[in-house]
Amino acid sequence: MTLPPDPDPKFAEYARPEMLVSTRWLADHLGEPGLVVAESDEDVLLYETGHIPGAVKLDWHTELNDPVTRDYVDGAGFARLMSAKGISRDTTLVLYGDKNNWWAAYALWVCTLFGHPDARLLDGGRAKWIAEGRPLVTERPAAAAADYPVVERDDTRARAFRDQVLGHLGRPLVDVRSPGEYTGELLHMPDYPQEGALRGGHIPGAVNIPWARAAAEDGTFRPRAELEAIYREEAGLEPDDDVIVYCRIGERSSHTWFVLAHLLGYARVRNYDGSWTEWGNSVGVPIRRGESP
Amino acid sequence: MTAPAASNPRLAQIAGEFAAVPEGDRLQLLLEYSDELPDLPERYAGRPDLLEQVTECQTPLFLAVEVDEAGGVHLFFDAPRESPTTRGFAGILRAALDGLSAGQVLATPPDFSAKLGLRDLVSPLRLRGFDAMLARIKRQVRERAS
Repeated sequence: MTLPPDPDPKFAEYARPEMLVSTRWLADHLGEPGLVVAESDEDVLLYETGHIPGAVKLDWHTELNDPVTRDYVDGAGFARLMSAKGISRDTTLVLYGDKNNWWAAYALWVCTLFGHPDARLLDGGRAKWIAEGRPLVTERPAAAAADYPVVERDDTRARAFRDQVLGHLGRPLVDVRSPGEYTGELLHMPDYPQEGALRGGHIPGAVNIPWARAAAEDGTFRPRAELEAIYREEAGLEPDDDVIVYCRIGERSSHTWFVLAHLLGYARVRNYDGSWTEWGNSVGVPIRRGESP
Repeated sequence: MTAPAASNPRLAQIAGEFAAVPEGDRLQLLLEYSDELPDLPERYAGRPDLLEQVTECQTPLFLAVEVDEAGGVHLFFDAPRESPTTRGFAGILRAALDGLSAGQVLATPPDFSAKLGLRDLVSPLRLRGFDAMLARIKRQVRERAS
C-alpha cells in the first residue's frame, strides 16, 4: 500500500477500514506521489463542470466497457486505460463520484476484477466534498502516462454469470433495485430510461434491499451497526454465506457488493453484472413477481 | 418529405459546429450548451404540473412547449445543474428549434442526435434521452398547433 490508511475512527469499525478515505484525509494527501484520484459519475459531463483538484475522469460507459462485446475491457485494454490515467500497479487509487458513489463503487469493482492492489472510495463522494466547501477546478491534470502491466481479468471471485446464478438458486441473493422493479410493476428504475427487459420481477429467492439504504443522508456509508441491522438482521445474510447481488446492469449492486465484501467482511460476495437486463430477457429462466422472495 | 419551407438551417449549423471541433473538445461544446440553457421563466418556476417529464433521460428533465399567435414554437426546460449532459441536450434543442414554426420543428429528423458525433463520447444509452426529448417536443407541438 502506497499511502497510509485513513485512521478515521468511523472506518475502524468496518471489516476493511483501509477501503475508505474521508474528505479530510484526501484534502491532506492531495498531490502526494503515489496517489491518483479518479472521478466516476453517472453524468458524463459532470467532471467537466468541476472536480477535485488533480482528479482524472473515469467513465463507465465509454471507458470501462468494451465498445463491442457486452463485457468489460480485457487485460490489455485495462492496462492501456490505467496507463493513460497515470495509474500504475502500486498507485493508491481513490475513487469518488455522484449519487452516493454509485458509479465510483462500480469502477472500484471493475478494478477489483483486475486485482488492482489499492483502490479506495472517498466516503460521501462528490456531494460531501462540495458540501464542505472544498475546492473544485475545471482544469484537467496533465497525467503523465504510467506503466501498468497487462493483468488478465479474474471473473471468478467477485463476478457471477447467468449460469452460475442459475446454479445458485436457493442460496442467498440480493436484489438491490427499487421495490417497483423487484415486484415486476416497473421494468426500469423510476425516472430512468427503459433499458429493455422483456419480463419484470426478480430472481426467485432474492431479497429486496434497495442499494441506497446503505448510504446516510450525506452520502457516506452508514455506520457498521446500522449496516448489520439491514443486511444481517433484516435480510438474514450471514458473513460466511455465498452471496450474489444484482440490479439492472450491475452498477447499483456494485455499491452493495462493496458494503458486504469490504465494510461487513463477507467472505464470498459476487456481483451479477448481467443483472436484470440479462435475466429479464433470458428464455426459460425462472422469475418471481410480487413482494415475496 | 421535408418541404423546403420547413427546412431549418440551424440543424446543419449545430452539427457542423460539433463536427468542426476535435473529439476531445466535443464534450466541452456540449457543456457550453448546458451553461447557456436559461432558467425557467417565472410562470413555470415551481409549477411542475405545467411541465412534461422526459422519463427517458437519465436524470429527471422537464419541458414545456408553447406555440405563439404567429405560430412560433417556444421551448422551456428544467434540468438540474448536476446533470450537465441532460442540460446540454436541452440547450442544443433549444438553440436548434426555439422560435421556429411548427412545420420546421416537426421536420427535424428523429435521429438528429446522430449527427452530433457524440455517440462514442456520451454512449448510445445516454443519447436516447436526447431523441426522447425531441419526440416529446414534436408531440406537444402537434397537439398545440392542431
